Amino acid sequence: MREINEQSLQLIAKKAVTIRKNIITMLGESGSGHTGGSMSAADIMACLYFWEMNIDASQPQAPGRDRFVLSKGHAAPVLYAALAEKGFFPVEDLMSLRKLGSPLQGHPDMRKLAGVEASTGSLGQGISWAVGMALAGKMDNAGYRVYTLLGDGELEEGMVWEAVMAAAHYRLDNLAAIVDNNGLQIDGRVQDVMDVRPIAAKFAAFNWAVIEIDGHQPEQIMTALEKSRSIKGQPTAIIAKTIKGKGCSFMEDKAEWHGTAPKKDEAERALEEIEAYAHAKGIC
Amino acid sequence: MEKQATRDAYGEALVELGHLHEEVVVLDADLSSSTKTAGFAKTFPERFFNAGIAEQNMIGMSAGLAAAGKTVFASSFAMFAAGRAFEQVRNSLAYANLNVKVCATHAGLTVGEDGGSHQAVEDIALMRAVPNMCVVVPADGPSTKAALFQLYERQGPAYLRLGRPAVPKIYDNKMDMVIGKGIELRTGNDAAIIACGIMVEKSLQAARLLAEEGIQVTVVDMHTIKPIDSGMIIHLAKTTGALLTAEEHSILGGLGSAVAEITAAECPVLVERLGINDKFGQSGAPDQLLEHYGLTVQEIINKIHLLLKKKKAIK
Ligand SMILES: Cc1ncc(C[n+]2csc(CCOP(=O)(O)OP(=O)(O)O)c2C)c(N)n1
Ligand SMILES: [Mg+2]
Repeated sequence: MREINEQSLQLIAKKAVTIRKNIITMLGESGSGHTGGSMSAADIMACLYFWEMNIDASQPQAPGRDRFVLSKGHAAPVLYAALAEKGFFPVEDLMSLRKLGSPLQGHPDMRKLAGVEASTGSLGQGISWAVGMALAGKMDNAGYRVYTLLGDGELEEGMVWEAVMAAAHYRLDNLAAIVDNNGLQIDGRVQDVMDVRPIAAKFAAFNWAVIEIDGHQPEQIMTALEKSRSIKGQPTAIIAKTIKGKGCSFMEDKAEWHGTAPKKDEAERALEEIEAYAHAKGIC
Repeated sequence: MEKQATRDAYGEALVELGHLHEEVVVLDADLSSSTKTAGFAKTFPERFFNAGIAEQNMIGMSAGLAAAGKTVFASSFAMFAAGRAFEQVRNSLAYANLNVKVCATHAGLTVGEDGGSHQAVEDIALMRAVPNMCVVVPADGPSTKAALFQLYERQGPAYLRLGRPAVPKIYDNKMDMVIGKGIELRTGNDAAIIACGIMVEKSLQAARLLAEEGIQVTVVDMHTIKPIDSGMIIHLAKTTGALLTAEEHSILGGLGSAVAEITAAECPVLVERLGINDKFGQSGAPDQLLEHYGLTVQEIINKIHLLLKKKKAIK
């Protein structure tokens, strides 16, 4: 389903709501984990998993499938919520997040959970995996596309730029890197801790095609992904302006919510807000 | 028993050092609230530098600062300080013998829920293998503070390994220690437990329980893994004939290996190594993980029983 219309937009809006609710529910249950950066990526992930990518939960190893690498691995909850909704495992399993023996590790583990394409968590490494996968796709003439999601703080890792250089060098037009540009990292605002700006100009200087969007507007995300497919000879960077903690007023744009899970009452408040939003927007 | 995380003790001691010495500079890589360098950053903003999420650059900058006369304390999680930046630590700090103390927190399994990608269980091995490096693994808060002050006095690169959770204090706040000298906390002739970090307190508990069965064991806090107290190890090998090492680290390359290397050459005796058995960690509560990987008081007792059985068989 690759058309951008009322129907697909409605579906994505619905999926984003479900993903956000499940992020809150699983983190409320686990008692630890990364809330802010999971919530900021919910709309992007809804578009990737329910509009853009060619993946089938019943064939997680299909050779021709599109690949997604969560380079900002700490946002595992948003990946798990998308995978569960996509049918890779029962939604109830989300409740085992971060518990001993669970396939839902604190950071994604490809050897423990089907649907996870790369074991990440150490920032900067995921984008290199994505470059390698895109290279293999080219070698095999396989036609699949590779997507990776990075944090804006993550861009401070030198390794990211080594990968960015390599992707352009090998003309990986089957690769799209999305930057969750929420403006926050752990120690505060990205511009105060270690300014990575200008992000778009940096990618452009490394010979990437660059598209800047609002990362909470599915229509813009979908249009950017669509455009990326038509760009030849260059990888695409989609710089998505987002709000950390998006969807829950008391978490929004707060560094404190980076690595904090909601307590019971906070989770309840957050769920109420997300539901009220869905209701107001007629998403149900 | 009063508890304190070694990273908290580190953060407090760092501020004290900052007041005492103007040339002390602290670096972090976007984890200052977790590594506890945030206190220093607040007190001495002009002497604190956040490298951002760029551990390799942090170590490189530390080398430059030290070469220009500063005494540098650089912090991140053990995985990223010893792991990500290993080659910078090796070539920029140690090869040049610079005065930088890499103070790494969140070492070992007790990182907990973040899981295997964040649980450094091979950092002691990495750091110990590098010439010029001094490697210290404190058992509690007070000894962390003492170690930090000692490291300040000691020229050259060092690795201070710290943990995330609050751990029982086994020393009083005024304790003093000497880098390179193990601390004998309890004496017994049947066997000796040589431990570091969180395993010291567990070893003491095990020794008390063993004493109830009539088994008397020595317990040593071997806080300095390098340069290791070989004199003490040889002495214990000779007097007990059975050594158990205990560490929150892989059994490959850490304290256990260091002890076995010395006894093998100087006084071959039985050495059992308790640690993580060549496996990665995973998500779980810290105590559950210690249980799962066998880093418990009961496992120390089991290993001592095994050692004594082997010792008897040899005789
Ligand atoms: C190599 C490495 N260094 C440090 C960390 C610890 N860490 C986890 S998340 C994070 C901040 C990430 O900020 P950002 O990339 O902006 O993510 P977001 O805001 O999207 O959550 C840090 C420093 C890590 N996981 N990996
Ligand atoms: Mg961010």
